[in-house]
Amino acid sequence: MSTTDTIEPIRLTPTAAAAPAAPAWLGNTVRKLVTHVLPPVIILAVLLLIWEALGSRPGAALPPPSKVVADTWELIIDPFYDNGGNDVGMAWQLLASLKRVAYGYALAVVVGVGLGVLVGQSTWALRGLDPIFQVLRTVPPLAWLPISLAGFRDGNPSAIFVIFITAIWPIIINTSIGIRNIPEDYRNVAKVIRLNGLEYFGQIMLPAAAPFIFSGLRIGVGLSWLAIVAAEMLIGGVGIGFFIWDAWNSSRISDIILALLYVGLIGFVLDRLVAWIGHLVTRGTAAH
Amino acid sequence: MSSAYLSLSHVDMSFAGRNGAVNPVLKGINLDVQRGEFISLIGHSGCGKSTVLNIVAGLLRATAGGVILDGREIGAPGPDRAVVFQNHSLLPWLTVWQNVELAVDKIFRDTKTPSERKAWIRHNLEMVNMGHALHRLPSEISGGMKQRVGIARALAMEPKVLLLDEPFGALDALTRAHLQDEVIRIQSELGNTVLMITHDVDEAVLLSDRVVMMTNGPGATIGQIMDVPLARPRNRIALAEDAVYNRCRQEILSFLYEKQRKVEPIAPSSRATPDTPVALQA
Repeated sequence: MSTTDTIEPIRLTPTAAAAPAAPAWLGNTVRKLVTHVLPPVIILAVLLLIWEALGSRPGAALPPPSKVVADTWELIIDPFYDNGGNDVGMAWQLLASLKRVAYGYALAVVVGVGLGVLVGQSTWALRGLDPIFQVLRTVPPLAWLPISLAGFRDGNPSAIFVIFITAIWPIIINTSIGIRNIPEDYRNVAKVIRLNGLEYFGQIMLPAAAPFIFSGLRIGVGLSWLAIVAAEMLIGGVGIGFFIWDAWNSSRISDIILALLYVGLIGFVLDRLVAWIGHLVTRGTAAH
Repeated sequence: MSSAYLSLSHVDMSFAGRNGAVNPVLKGINLDVQRGEFISLIGHSGCGKSTVLNIVAGLLRATAGGVILDGREIGAPGPDRAVVFQNHSLLPWLTVWQNVELAVDKIFRDTKTPSERKAWIRHNLEMVNMGHALHRLPSEISGGMKQRVGIARALAMEPKVLLLDEPFGALDALTRAHLQDEVIRIQSELGNTVLMITHDVDEAVLLSDRVVMMTNGPGATIGQIMDVPLARPRNRIALAEDAVYNRCRQEILSFLYEKQRKVEPIAPSSRATPDTPVALQA
């Protein structure tokens, strides 16, 4: 399950088609491409055909893929244009959203791991904080938006706060579970060689809990990407969420479909990125 | 007896059970160990022998009684009582080298220079024949190799007494024999004071100067102490025919299976026969 397995077929179609003609030393690579790339390509092609057929019927509400590409061709080939205001290329829209996610998520990582360690280490903190966490974590992300708009009186910090509050719960919960699950043996080793608190934290606790922490981080990054699109629809300005809302208001359905594709791809990349970092940091002991 | 190097006197241990009941595990353990002596504690599983070791290690605090090592009462765990745990307990994110380094750098931070520490890590890993796999992760080496690294880590602490908690219990018979031979060799080189928990009669006789046999719990205590008057170095093949060796085996077996025959309660939780290397104690 490498990062490229499922994302590349979309772009790699020509390579796969050309593969059988490649020189013999590529044999293994070709076989791998055929077994891993061909199935998703075929499925994708079938789905696109069905969509095309449904979308081409007279009176269809949604455009077929061919029309989507034709309508959005300018957005696709020039993602970096900037006509001022909200009228900027897809790349800038996505970057604006990613920036908000980066701030909110980074904050959630720092605070979430900190609180997770506290709750994992101290039974008193667990008893005190856990009920609050359990209630707050079920509040849907967007429900936080009005209250944060009231607090911050500005769209951008509010969106960042929504990301933060969305991503933090799985990070806290997974970190504390990871800390609580540190094997007694590791604690005993630390006792025998007399590690002090700080050494124990850095040398035993964090690495031992890392697989759990990273699964929390992975859920968190997925949730923050889910939340940003919804939050941006409400706060306006530059950002992929508002782009979608704006496209809906001006009936540019093809633009919406293109944006959804980009949102999906970026979300996928974010998830894989965190998984990959986790894999590196934990030396393969985290689930990949 | 103040002349002993390691001395357990009147050690009692009980754990609080459910509904405030008190479960006595150990009662009146008295044991004196001389410097350089290799002692095995043998008994049925659940008899509390691991509890004895954990008390000496400082990982558990005895309910009553005390332990004196080299003239001082033991308190919190420390490197002077290095433990080799049954399931090796190497840190999986550190390489073989780093696992030993973690201990050595901490313990000898002020007393050895960095290059001395490096040489010392290498020396200990080579002593257990792990010099070829210094930069492997624990997940990349076999169970026997992991236990070797665990032994190297404990030896590298230069402990006053080395505590082995069923060190070979999780290994297959051939690997176990191989590692026992290594321990015999290392012991003859270093002359450590060793306290080993085991449930393996041959292992106890082969390695020990004295075998301490424990009665069954609850309230387990020392039932019998047997000298093993076999010359060192010992060779397992030569000893197989040896009359003294076989008499020692016989004595332990008769203690375990006649005097202290374990009657397993038929409870849903009990899955252990006396010889399975299952558990520490309840």
